[in-house]
Amino acid sequence: MTYIPHTDFRTDFYAIAHWIRSGARVLDLGCGEGLLLSYLSETRNIVGYGVDIDDANILACLNNKINVIQGDLEFGLSIFESKSFDYVILSQTLQAMRNTNGIIKEMMRVGKEGIITFPNFGHWQNRLQIACGRMPVSKTLPYQWFDTPNVHLCTLVDFENFCGQHNVRILERRIMNRDHQIIFAPNLFGALAFYRLEQQEG
Amino acid sequence: MQNLTSVGIVTSQAVCFDTPLHLQSGAVLDSYSLTYETYGELNATKSNAILICHALSGNHHIAGYYADNTQNLGWWDNMVGPGKPIDTRKFFVVGVNNLGGCHGSTGPSSINPRTGKSYGASFPVVTVEDWVETQVRLINHLGINQLAVIMGGSLGGMQALQWTLSFPNRIRHSIVIAAAAKLTAQNIAFNDVARQAIITDQDFYGGDYYLHDVLPRRGLRLARMLGHITYLSGDSMAKKFGRELRNKKFNFDFNVEFEIESYLRYQGDKFAEQFDANTYLIMTKALDYFDPARRYNNNLSNAFHSVKAKFLVLSFTTDWRFPPEHSRYIIKALVDNKLDVSYAEITSSHGHDSFLMEDSHYHELVRAYVNNIII
Repeated sequence: MTYIPHTDFRTDFYAIAHWIRSGARVLDLGCGEGLLLSYLSETRNIVGYGVDIDDANILACLNNKINVIQGDLEFGLSIFESKSFDYVILSQTLQAMRNTNGIIKEMMRVGKEGIITFPNFGHWQNRLQIACGRMPVSKTLPYQWFDTPNVHLCTLVDFENFCGQHNVRILERRIMNRDHQIIFAPNLFGALAFYRLEQQEG
Repeated sequence: MQNLTSVGIVTSQAVCFDTPLHLQSGAVLDSYSLTYETYGELNATKSNAILICHALSGNHHIAGYYADNTQNLGWWDNMVGPGKPIDTRKFFVVGVNNLGGCHGSTGPSSINPRTGKSYGASFPVVTVEDWVETQVRLINHLGINQLAVIMGGSLGGMQALQWTLSFPNRIRHSIVIAAAAKLTAQNIAFNDVARQAIITDQDFYGGDYYLHDVLPRRGLRLARMLGHITYLSGDSMAKKFGRELRNKKFNFDFNVEFEIESYLRYQGDKFAEQFDANTYLIMTKALDYFDPARRYNNNLSNAFHSVKAKFLVLSFTTDWRFPPEHSRYIIKALVDNKLDVSYAEITSSHGHDSFLMEDSHYHELVRAYVNNIII
């Protein structure tokens, strides 16, 4: 699987780091080259591991001095004990996962909290391109229909409904467009969504 | 034969230890010697030492070649040398022949000073823990307080694991390749068939064949042939040999016909001339016994409780003798203990033997990891 590269990474990283407690234990799923973990260890003094499937990313993580474990997220997180991390992060990877339900369930098991970020398919530019009869291509969705790794795109409304149906409580959300936070009509004007989540009992 | 990435001509050294060694079996060796080689220079702070542990049929000759035998290249020469993943311009690398071996260190074919005869069957069974005890004495002898890296593949990887358990303060990094924290029943079964081939050879004489001036060649050859099959993958064998016939037609007899038969027999014959059968028995037994979780109620995470080292763990996709899930089991125990660890599952078609092969991604991973080690 190919994961979406982190676009506009400072904004992305900053929004995530904002939620992370100093010294926390973090698991970054689909960690790419380990840049987020590197940023978090510099700014938040976190410890933890990245997980990725791609050979080149594993090598890049080793070069970047990031603890990385090669594995396929589609097979779950069985080597990690329940609640063994303060945060489990799934940054711009959800839309490329086949087993959406499975990975969210696993990350909420392993982490005390989960942080999920994804491109908002409901963004007006996407809607406009579809209205014009084209599949959307944008800064957050840079692929053509025939080469996209994205199989499960969603809007903010879709994602929040999903959380409601799966006993996942939304603790906080932050909707961004480039480096601006979107407050008004986020499902229309937000390009990137950030959610901080926890598993509800029962 | 000038080669800029080779350590070049090397010489073996030996050191004798007179402090009695108490083995896991309860046996005591009053004295023993270890044969070793070193490559590169130990720096002033002695912080750049890497000990490389060998696998079942390996020895201390890791890199370079001998002045009187330039064809005898070290078994990990593609990994160790100037500019290679384990760069001898930065690191001081030590290779040692394990106790019980047959390449210079005291083993079953050595003379027992008490009797004046070969140890033979009387040589004690040694374990991975015993080896690590002897290796730390070698490190002491070399004046090294703490190794930058302990490293090994297969049975060598088991030693790299055991070091972090036995001497957590004397090791900073452990590179564990194509290894396991314990063998499966299937794995032990393969080892036992190999041992049975040797023990039932009529020239074995209960392990004292040296006294009869014969070698249990037939048994050792079979043992090696069996082992060799399990170190390769079905795919790599199919690709290399397929169903090729030496004479293009069936002979309807039991002589060599298929290329794979020819290859295995050649490998078996070669090995039977070079290796000691008693050493083969001891090495396979060390493999079988290794199980650090055993005294921790079979909980590997508990066994790793006092470990401090940072780890790089590598496995190979087609290795069915030490498959990736065995490495993931190690990873779980390390992660449970919040240790620094990275793990890669390398795509390779060469089965267990992949760890000895030159593969650019594999070598880049090792290079990247050791490059970041501060000495």
